[in-house]
Amino acid sequence: MAKINLNINGKDQVVDVDPKTPLLWVLRDHLDLVGTKYGCGMAQCGACTVHLDGNAVRSCVMPISTVANKKIVTIEGLSKDGDHPVQEAWLKHDVAQCGYCQAGQIMNASALLKKNPNPTDEEIATAMNGNICRCATYVRIREAIKTAAVSLR
Amino acid sequence: MTKINTTISRRSFLKVSVLTGGGMMLSFNSLATLSPSSEGASLLPDEWSELNSYIKIGANGVVTLMSPNPEFGSNVKTSMPMILAEELDVDWKNVTVEQADFFPKRFDRQFTGGSQGIRLGWKPLRNAGAAARQMLKDAAAKTWNVAASEITTENGVLYHKSTGKKASYGEMATLAATLPVPKEAPFKDVKDFKIIRTSRLNVDGKKIVTGKPLFGIDHKADGMLIAMIVHPPAFGMTVKSVDDAAARSMPGIKDVFVLKTLPDDYERNGFDVTTYTELVVVAGNTTWEVMNAKKAVKVEWEEAKEKTIVVNGWGGKQNVKIPAGLESTAGHLSKMAAMSKQQANILRKDGDPETAFKNAKKVLERTYIAPYLAHNCMEPVNCFAHVTAEKAEIYGPIQAPESITQALSARLGLPKEKIHIRLARMGGGFGLRAYGHHFVEAAAISQKLNAPVKMVYTREDDMTYGIYRPTYTATYRAALDENNNLVAFHVRGGGIPEHPVAANRFPAGAVDNYLAEGWQLDSNITIGAFRAPRSNFIAGAEQSFLDELAELAGKDPIEFRLELLERAKNKPVGEKNDYDPDRYAGVLKLVREKSKWGETPKGISRGVAAYFCHNSYVAEVIDLEIKQNKPIVNNVVAAVDCGIVINPDAAANMSEGGIVDGIGNAFFGEMTFKNGVPDKNNFHQYRMIRHQEAPKKIEIHFVQNDQDPTGLGEPLFPPVFAAIANALYKATGKRYYNQPFGKDINIQPSPSRM
Repeated sequence: MAKINLNINGKDQVVDVDPKTPLLWVLRDHLDLVGTKYGCGMAQCGACTVHLDGNAVRSCVMPISTVANKKIVTIEGLSKDGDHPVQEAWLKHDVAQCGYCQAGQIMNASALLKKNPNPTDEEIATAMNGNICRCATYVRIREAIKTAAVSLR
Repeated sequence: MTKINTTISRRSFLKVSVLTGGGMMLSFNSLATLSPSSEGASLLPDEWSELNSYIKIGANGVVTLMSPNPEFGSNVKTSMPMILAEELDVDWKNVTVEQADFFPKRFDRQFTGGSQGIRLGWKPLRNAGAAARQMLKDAAAKTWNVAASEITTENGVLYHKSTGKKASYGEMATLAATLPVPKEAPFKDVKDFKIIRTSRLNVDGKKIVTGKPLFGIDHKADGMLIAMIVHPPAFGMTVKSVDDAAARSMPGIKDVFVLKTLPDDYERNGFDVTTYTELVVVAGNTTWEVMNAKKAVKVEWEEAKEKTIVVNGWGGKQNVKIPAGLESTAGHLSKMAAMSKQQANILRKDGDPETAFKNAKKVLERTYIAPYLAHNCMEPVNCFAHVTAEKAEIYGPIQAPESITQALSARLGLPKEKIHIRLARMGGGFGLRAYGHHFVEAAAISQKLNAPVKMVYTREDDMTYGIYRPTYTATYRAALDENNNLVAFHVRGGGIPEHPVAANRFPAGAVDNYLAEGWQLDSNITIGAFRAPRSNFIAGAEQSFLDELAELAGKDPIEFRLELLERAKNKPVGEKNDYDPDRYAGVLKLVREKSKWGETPKGISRGVAAYFCHNSYVAEVIDLEIKQNKPIVNNVVAAVDCGIVINPDAAANMSEGGIVDGIGNAFFGEMTFKNGVPDKNNFHQYRMIRHQEAPKKIEIHFVQNDQDPTGLGEPLFPPVFAAIANALYKATGKRYYNQPFGKDINIQPSPSRM
């Protein structure tokens, strides 16, 4: 066990855990931030995507010791009122079916649009390819990302 | 206006209650639970009541609609309350929707699956809405001393136009709740619908995009422990001995034990599919600690002996043999090939197929094969349970809560009334969550530990547990006469452990000489419903075969099907044909028009397929393009006849999902086995469709009619396999008979890591 300083959604906090614990389980089990989802535990499905210093990362394979003092943003902290343009576009296109993977999709999409404000369909598909949606809402996700890109401009 | 009877079924009738604090509540109650004195109005009978009514109208005018069915992504939580709101005549934006708990005494059918939610909910939900509206009218009539028939409603307001009187539903709700439930209440005319047939956003949309705790796996309770299971590494194996010393000494670990999930003599129902009746359980404080300890448990496994279980399922009470042995895909394939050559059980026979085949001008025979499939819901199997000596509180993802109450009661030794199940939003279902073994496991673990417990499977546990879509095969034979008319048709289908043949479906009824046979083999690999059971294989086989047959007959594939449907309509063979030839032809004609069939763009390969299952008709045209030896799906056009479409955009979403899921499984879906061990245990091995393989465009066209609505979760899925195979043939000149097709084409695996 070790005390680790974290900055999550703009808030500094300290957790006392096994330093090998993945960020995903610290968020879910210790900090009650359950919007970040467990899907595979091996960076294959993207359900656990969060932002680490602005980059989309897979929290399920990220030992907590490696993220100390970095800026972590989860779905709960993406916007104050759930009104990030990506979230709004998701609602407008009524993207979700079961909804389980969508937090990860949204976190990946919002990181993509920060780096590439005007992605082509191919760039969207490439950037989003690590995020599985079992309900297969891919076509709507693509359209929502394009809508969000327009409103972010 | 149609007068309807508010008696829902023999089992239930509408019941009204006064809400504590005023207002009315309308629900369905079981006759059996009511004493004579409780007929008509009553105060809420128990603490759960406020969560278990269809409609609550507060004296303050707040309208709360309860969504009875579990939600797994088909959007019933929005569309079912839309039906209530329509007949109640309230403004959708003033309505709050809540998920009902499982409560069979109050709700008719809390089951999500088989694409039946809307179809079977349609009348009961209209009844509930219409009856409530009538009672509000009756209350206003009494208050204003006018005839109820003179009162109209609009958006939650009651009017008596000639006297200029008006009142909100909230003002009349408390009085309405004291009035008798009407024997008859008027339904709205279809043409007057204001909510149904308009697109309404998912009521949980905002919660989903902001990461609110909606799912079973998100649940927390004071003092809750995390439990994980270790199941045998292979079908056909069981626990011999456990060395848990290392695991027990690890940080945060509370207990390690072997759990017997079901009593030996337990008589199962059709949904009590439990692959392993002995599991090793590790319980502790946090998920990561338990996950690590789970790896440290040393288990010695041994081969299980053959056993017989009693299943009281759809076919009545049966003894089902679970064979011993460690099975492999190679062995399955050779057994299936051998069985395909032998005569099987005759399911239907018309005319004289043998003679017709003998006298045929041309005969076509083809065999199709498909593998086991894993559901791979994104939310792994999990369940929360808190079992005490008095009661069981359970919260988790389940499609068929009622079906698991028998096993829970038997395993826990508690009467069903003491088992309270709350329904979590499911992170996918696809059939898997019709089987509630995880509820029994979580509850039994909680009982043993005497603590609230959340049991979570790892992805690997989930993918290797079984309850797969079975492996199937079918051999088709068809005979053409000298004029290329179809004169005989024969399908022999089989699978492990069930066959996929639906003997009365098209083209049965359109051919004079017809034979359908089915066979099945026992296995210890468990299977279960998977999005459009059996249809998800047989549609692809049949519709690929018809494509090849049309070509042999020198006919356009759509025209060939339409000719057969015309025959089935005008001069049907047999009496058990279970499709409507007009509606079937209708979707083919619509897809022909919308896809501009016959005007295939340059460089595009096009395939068509149609199917009728789960009460809905679908036809699909898929446009493929081959780029660098990879098939890319450019465009999909689908025509769907599911009657009245409740929520059009959500229905389109569901349809798109079925299509893309079909494309993924047609190209990649496969589970195989060696010596009982599943060859894949996570997404690095089990290929799922991803963003890069998704179609560029999908168009869904709904047939416009006023037929009662039918479901959409499944019907779009089965024909995709054939539309893909038929398009691949156009692209490559080669017919595709063995799923997944991606194995035979040079499709480079896409990098999935970021």
